[in-house]
Amino acid sequence: MELGIYSFGDVQRDPGTGKLGSTAEATRNLLEAIKLADEVGLDFFGIGEHHTREMPASAATVVLGAAASATKTIRLGSAVTVLSTDDPVRVYQQFATLDALSNGRAEITAGRGSSTESFPLFGHSLNDYDDLFAEKLELLLKINESETVTWKGKHRPALNEALVVPRPESGSLPIWLATGGNPQSSVRAGLLGLPISYAIIGGQAARFAPLAELYRRAAAQAKIPEAQVKISVASPGFVGDDATKAKEQFWVHWHAVMESIGKIRGFSPPPRHHYDMEASGAGALFVGAPEEIAQRIVTLHGQLGHMRQFFQMDVGHLPQKDFLRSIELLGTRVKPLVDAELGKKLAA
Amino acid sequence: MHKAVETIGILGAGRVGTALARRAVAAGYDVRVATSKPPADIALLLEIMVPGAQADEAAAVIAAADIVILALPLSKYHELQPDLFAGKIVVDVMNYWAPTDGAIAEFEGARSSSEVVQDYLTGARLVRSFNHMGYHEIEEAARPSGHPGRRALALAGNDAEARRLVAGFIDRIGFDPVDAGGLAAGRTFATATPIFGASLGRAEMQQALQEEATSSA
Repeated sequence: MELGIYSFGDVQRDPGTGKLGSTAEATRNLLEAIKLADEVGLDFFGIGEHHTREMPASAATVVLGAAASATKTIRLGSAVTVLSTDDPVRVYQQFATLDALSNGRAEITAGRGSSTESFPLFGHSLNDYDDLFAEKLELLLKINESETVTWKGKHRPALNEALVVPRPESGSLPIWLATGGNPQSSVRAGLLGLPISYAIIGGQAARFAPLAELYRRAAAQAKIPEAQVKISVASPGFVGDDATKAKEQFWVHWHAVMESIGKIRGFSPPPRHHYDMEASGAGALFVGAPEEIAQRIVTLHGQLGHMRQFFQMDVGHLPQKDFLRSIELLGTRVKPLVDAELGKKLAA
Repeated sequence: MHKAVETIGILGAGRVGTALARRAVAAGYDVRVATSKPPADIALLLEIMVPGAQADEAAAVIAAADIVILALPLSKYHELQPDLFAGKIVVDVMNYWAPTDGAIAEFEGARSSSEVVQDYLTGARLVRSFNHMGYHEIEEAARPSGHPGRRALALAGNDAEARRLVAGFIDRIGFDPVDAGGLAAGRTFATATPIFGASLGRAEMQQALQEEATSSA
């Protein structure tokens, strides 16, 4: 089982002065986190696309490009690329460049994303969302198939035997389809033979089990080779040395981010008892001590059969030192426990 | 005497539509589902996500249903054919949520999205409900009648009998219905109100509706 991290480049707050750090500092912190994740043996680091003062990770491939030369084995990708408001040609060129610089460690995850700032920023209408996404995904997949592309659509100028370079040395890039649980997205990924990434950010994680089955059945129906059928899970998480302290600390930051998102989107932040329910047992928030997190990952694996799970830890101005400690514990404590447990199951 | 509600028709097979369909199957209803695609295209989806529900064309689903649930993206409401809904009891679970889904001119205003949808589906006996609850809570928070932790769902509509029958459906799938009155009262549990996303029991919901109604009056 692969384990990893994803981040939107959360801006940290100075514990002394209470002031928010700079967006530039947050960007450098992100690079520091990726280097550590590689050092402690984690498998994946994804950067999401956000365009806000609090989450300024708007140019993932630049940060990942820097990380490519500072890391050895960790896979580097987006989580997610808001494909609807980007140009698939440019997205592909950037990730293929990253792939070259990282010796084949680049991945793209395409999806809607959880925020919508990129629509007005790049001059797109949210009302065209479905259309934009379907068309741009089609083009991105086409570019992944061959270096010369002939294509025509509604939202981008046509391409006539256009050359798109550089090319990945392995032949193609992994392109994941990200979804928050709409069943039709699972069908779409299965029929297209794309690996699927589930964002499980609230409620009971096991409710995605039927979706995983739907995805596999759709892939089987389309006769997709087994090796192409892959599931990953992205969820909020935080690992601390002590379970109670970890849950207490993450509550503060999780509540802060829910409150600020709630203000924009018009919902009240969930109360503490709601958090406590989701941050334990079968909930979507993987917060606690290493043993508990390892056990919960293994349990979810039994329900979804996912091959990768990665966590968003730096939310609501989590101090960098705690973010780094959590990454370290995920790599040095949680991962060996998960490997041992799943290894046992495999051998049994 | 109106015949008992036996058949639930659901338009939309996204997260909300399938969650409601599963609750309805579990409660013993005959459940039919339609999307904008041909029924064969959602057969596998229903087989796995909502065992026991049947896929059909939208017109057939609407015709067969005692209660029709609108669980499609709100931006697609104008793809519905109004004449099919004449006299039908319709539950509108959709939300206008501009920060997430984009602004749509006809929903920018004081009225709730359901009032606009009711204007469009002229002959429908429309009830607004479920809108203030997250989709996964429709399943995770459902509790049997009388359970002390049972959550409440507000409903609003201009047809009293429609409200009564929808209240019966809400109760049977696991929630305490709280009748807010006419369709305009549905504004009190739209996005960006204190009720939206909150976890309330029956008494709390009654109080919250009253407070919202007073403050907006």
